[in-house]
Amino acid sequence: MKLWLVMFAGGLLTYLTRLSFIALAGKVEFPAWLQRSLRYVPPAVLSAIIFPEILVHEGHLNLSFGNDRLIAGLLAALVGWKTRNMLLTIVVGMVSLLLLQAIRR
Amino acid sequence: MQKDALKSSRLSLFLAGLKAELPLLIGVFPFGLIYGVLALEAGIPASAAQAMSAIVFAGSSQFITTQLVGNGTPAFVMVLTIFIVNLRHALYSASIAPYISKLSNGWKGLLAYLLTDEAYAIAITHYDREGSQPNSHWFFLGAGVALWSTWQASTAIGILVGAVLPTTWSLDFTLSLTFIALVMPYLKDRPSLGAALAAGIVAVLGNSLPYKLGLVAAALVGILVGLLLEKVK
Repeated sequence: MKLWLVMFAGGLLTYLTRLSFIALAGKVEFPAWLQRSLRYVPPAVLSAIIFPEILVHEGHLNLSFGNDRLIAGLLAALVGWKTRNMLLTIVVGMVSLLLLQAIRR
Repeated sequence: MQKDALKSSRLSLFLAGLKAELPLLIGVFPFGLIYGVLALEAGIPASAAQAMSAIVFAGSSQFITTQLVGNGTPAFVMVLTIFIVNLRHALYSASIAPYISKLSNGWKGLLAYLLTDEAYAIAITHYDREGSQPNSHWFFLGAGVALWSTWQASTAIGILVGAVLPTTWSLDFTLSLTFIALVMPYLKDRPSLGAALAAGIVAVLGNSLPYKLGLVAAALVGILVGLLLEKVK
């Protein structure tokens, strides 16, 4: 019961967050600085999700070559940068990780 | 005649949105599987685990919720956590709002529900390239529906068969890779690159902050750095 309440309240807040500016659009004029800053939303948010996922393990920063996810992530990023092909980026990253793990075992 | 043309342009845009979303789905699908597995392991009933994927419909906050349920966190802390983890969607909302401002309230309400990380990234790329055409929202809808169906189906399969998946496959890594694939096209000039690096570094530094506050701080610092670098050149 408690869990369902959490889900509905959390879901409603999430929905209102997503709706917020969409509901205001057309009724309120966004200031120019806000519009300019929105250009940087995708690179900033996506990187903020990626970096800790790849660099931090169990609370510790791991920048060494022993970090399989770092190496696989860098290879994927390189492929993504060169080809702009999302499918290839994901496949190369996943195959690299599995190979690295197999080699080190 | 003209009506038919309009209809076919809607359908073709919807299908184009679906198609643009496809590569991301191979990253999202395993993530949904793992969510299904973890939710059951945390003691969440199958019905609630599935319902959460439709009601909250935001992967990272669902993962965190399963963790919190597992260690008996008070309800209001869980709700607050979901809210804060999903605050980044307000930025997506602001970013996409100008392109859909002319739509009816029904459309706005529907597209807001579908505004996830992955659907946003695909939709905004389309809007950046094409501008807002009369039927552009069908493209957004196609991307959103593709992501939504995949999330529901992968959750269900995770609940049903997930427990037999070997953890050594590191399937959770596919989500990081999805985000890497999504971010690369944005790194096209110095301010964007600076925004990405600054946000990434702050996110690592603030990683131990509670409720993913580090993520919110990182996004804001990244945006600020992007704006500052615009001025420099």
